[in-house]
Amino acid sequence: MSSLGKEFTKGIFKENPILIIMLGLCPTLAVSTSASDAFGMGAAFTFVLLMSNIVIALIRKAVPEQIRIPVYITVISAFVTIVDYTMKAYLPALSRSLGVFVPLIVVNCIVMGRAEAFASKNTIAASLMDALGMSIGFTLIITILGAIREIFGNGSVFKQAIFPSTYQPFLIMILPPGAFLVIGFMMAIQKWLSDKGGKR
Amino acid sequence: MISNDLGLFLIFFSAMIVNNILLIRFIALCSFFGISNNLQASAGMGMAVIFVMVMSSSISWMVYHFILIPFDLTYLRTASFILTIATFVQFTEMFIRKYAPVLYRALGIYLPLIVVNCAVLASAFLAIDYELNFIKSVIYTIGVGFGYTFAIIVFAGIRERISMAPVPKYFKGYPIAFITASFMSLAILGFKGLFGL
Repeated sequence: MSSLGKEFTKGIFKENPILIIMLGLCPTLAVSTSASDAFGMGAAFTFVLLMSNIVIALIRKAVPEQIRIPVYITVISAFVTIVDYTMKAYLPALSRSLGVFVPLIVVNCIVMGRAEAFASKNTIAASLMDALGMSIGFTLIITILGAIREIFGNGSVFKQAIFPSTYQPFLIMILPPGAFLVIGFMMAIQKWLSDKGGKR
Repeated sequence: MISNDLGLFLIFFSAMIVNNILLIRFIALCSFFGISNNLQASAGMGMAVIFVMVMSSSISWMVYHFILIPFDLTYLRTASFILTIATFVQFTEMFIRKYAPVLYRALGIYLPLIVVNCAVLASAFLAIDYELNFIKSVIYTIGVGFGYTFAIIVFAGIRERISMAPVPKYFKGYPIAFITASFMSLAILGFKGLFGL
């Protein structure tokens, strides 16, 4: 059981997909203009990664080695289509602000990477824990990034104002350059933290 | 916003500079940070992306308008585009290896990487989303491809200089690269609003 727990926590800290493995950067930076958009993206991503990891772990013995990549892509794109159409039907506003990034989950390197590196070689239970950990790590970072940008750029978090109305929004934070700037600082802080942890 | 009303030049300019795919739209960042520590590799990747992007998004446009729409299958868009691109890249690789070995040596190693390059898929999606006609969608994709090449070459040049500069310890490597990208993005943002784009 302890190894399943390890598969779960490694995605959140030690092998965080965004800060350490540097995968899946495109949606991270593009949709993190507000905390709620970022969280919506995290949820969509979690569903796709979870379902495709489970299915790929189920069929891993039936798929011939040579055609595994097209098979994985087809499985992933089926789940991406489900998310895309569900979101369009029930959450049209979120779907509009996420735009092309929902169908682009299909080429998200994290999903493909986990399918290839983990789900194709491990049992369903282990793949499930791996997918859960990775998605939580992804959702956590993208939501923090969205919250930081929204706080400085708009003076609010999850659309709730936190500063008095006299606050002058730091507009650059919600424009594209702000995303690069904040993730750069987050990576530097992460390096500093892991360095401090290593010395102890 | 890009639409059918704009002239060809404005579509090209908007796709290349104002809505630069890397610095403003944040698409294909994995290759942007992964490959840009080498100027020559960046240029090679840029050329390969332009070629594959233009060809595969023209094919996707035809697949969408001549197959998916008449048979009312538009919900298969994601799956059919990614398979079209993967097949096309495989086919190109085999064709170039046999008939243009010089080109193959220049582009060869980048071609397999392009299947997972989101810029190719994204430009096919965006050309459909903007409801462009065929000619305009080709021009649009050429613009996107040149924008990608332009940004990645400039960025690779800057990173070669940064590797020799004194950078604070914890900012070495990726953090400083992101902050550099932030300033490049700021510079490109200055074009926003030009010609009303």
